[in-house]
Amino acid sequence: MSNELTRLTLTAAREGLAQGRFSAVELTEAYLGAIDSSAALNAYVLATHDKARAMAQTSDERRAQGDVGPLEGIPLGVKDNYATDTVRTTAGSKILGNFVPPYESTVTGKLWADGAVLLGKLNQDEFAMGSSTESSAFGPTVNPWRKTGSTTKLVPGGSSGGSAAAVAAQLCAGAAGTDTGGSIRQPAAFTGTVGIKPTYGRCSRWGIIAYASSLDQAGPLARSVNDAAILLRSMAGHDPKDSTSAPIAVPDYEAAVGASVRGKRIGIPVEYRVDGMSSEIAMLWDRGAQMLRDAGAEVVEISLPHTKYALPAYYIVALAEASSNLARYDGVRYGERVAGRDIVEMYEKTRAAGFGPEVRRRIMIGTYVLSAGYYDAYYVRAQKVRTLIKRDFENAFAEGIDAVLAPATPSPAFGIGEKSGADPVEMYLQDVFTVTLNMAGLPGISVPAGLSSEGLPLGLQLIGRPFGEEGLFSLAQVIEEAAGRFPVPEAWWA
Amino acid sequence: MSVDQATVRRVAHLARIAVTDDEVAHLQGELNAILAFVDELAQVNVDGVEPMTSVTPMQLPLRADVVNDGDCAAKVLANAPLAEDGFYAVPKVVE
Repeated sequence: MSNELTRLTLTAAREGLAQGRFSAVELTEAYLGAIDSSAALNAYVLATHDKARAMAQTSDERRAQGDVGPLEGIPLGVKDNYATDTVRTTAGSKILGNFVPPYESTVTGKLWADGAVLLGKLNQDEFAMGSSTESSAFGPTVNPWRKTGSTTKLVPGGSSGGSAAAVAAQLCAGAAGTDTGGSIRQPAAFTGTVGIKPTYGRCSRWGIIAYASSLDQAGPLARSVNDAAILLRSMAGHDPKDSTSAPIAVPDYEAAVGASVRGKRIGIPVEYRVDGMSSEIAMLWDRGAQMLRDAGAEVVEISLPHTKYALPAYYIVALAEASSNLARYDGVRYGERVAGRDIVEMYEKTRAAGFGPEVRRRIMIGTYVLSAGYYDAYYVRAQKVRTLIKRDFENAFAEGIDAVLAPATPSPAFGIGEKSGADPVEMYLQDVFTVTLNMAGLPGISVPAGLSSEGLPLGLQLIGRPFGEEGLFSLAQVIEEAAGRFPVPEAWWA
Repeated sequence: MSVDQATVRRVAHLARIAVTDDEVAHLQGELNAILAFVDELAQVNVDGVEPMTSVTPMQLPLRADVVNDGDCAAKVLANAPLAEDGFYAVPKVVE
């Protein structure tokens, strides 16, 4: 019975609960059982059994009273950079190894208010800095997917790698992730799941541990386009506690799933055909364009001339903001403290011991590009380039383009340890197709569209106008219907 | 642009991160790889382009200047490595 329940999409589980075929308590127990036998994946850094059972019990009681929220009784996992009241929250870092927030993030608070159940906290790259979930203080998460006939361990992508792995491995009905440069969409592509980064300002950032505040956005990872639409509706919305959150009403995204895309103009950016793109990815992209054409959309080539500068500009803007945001980890208010002769030595030793190597590197680069004499050459220039990147998209939209179709990643999932060599830039190139959106504040959805020759999932990305998430759900549904869904073939870890 | 080892030490100090001699050599290579990568931006013509300050056009919201949260010192201090008498405790700062 338990596999029968965890196999259901969120949409199907919602229906089963509504029809009384099973209770929230039964559904939650099935997921807790699956989590307990998934240690080999290292997707969860904390399973909250007692809290999950209590929340499920309360949900069943509410339902019995006729009080049914949009996510009533749905068990979810949450990336460990969302503050969860009285539940340890580490952002994958040793420096927050014992941090227990006395408050709840706005987005997770909305999920619980809509009836969802917290199963636990999900692994991630330390402070969301990475594309493989290998930089977590808890060790890497393993992708539930393996190459056909191989037992080599692959990364699930990152930084929301625990979220993506848990959704794909059916260890939660859906998950909350965050995306600063591709951290929802790239892991979604690596695990055959659907992930959407909404428009900057669509979800509140309050209570989410900050990496780069002008780029960070919350969003869901899910097993179908419809599941993602249901989750985003609950997560989105204005929050007075986040001055960058948009005071715009949240539409019923689920109603957009299945809507016609006839007559929509889809742009194919020529600059995304980067050197060395694998023929598999290029073919997938062509097939995706054909799927949209078959559904009545018009596909045209467009130019986004500043695309190649998005990644270097991103690494200046994001790391500058990170160096500022992470100044708060000083061993005074929370986290581990290492004693020193004086307060400066205490700071230096605390931060050297508490941060992992990638975080230390990123803070130092950010400090450097903001330091006297380099600020104009690096930071101000990068912010100007950011204006140009955004203008590229504005020009395309002004010419009548409704959405842009691009690959989600340059390759399928790679092996653990494969890209953690001496050159950090090799890992940064993972984000080549995803960072442009964060730089421009635009929404993007990653939807699985096929398998590689080695049997690994590949994703396509649709990029929309500001607050055009509904259109993205309609287009992504076309791809999901044409390409099918991609469940993990075998639960080898259980 | 590239950094020498003295710059690595200076930046580490600015960032308040202790580094060992071994780490300085590694960091120099890694930081220079990243800086070489971002140097590509020097090719872009940014004459007359405004630096982005806000990715979405919006007006900063204002609220009434009143206390709307707080009175929870014990909760706030619960995560402190060291607290005394309702305050964070740190090594002596002022002589």
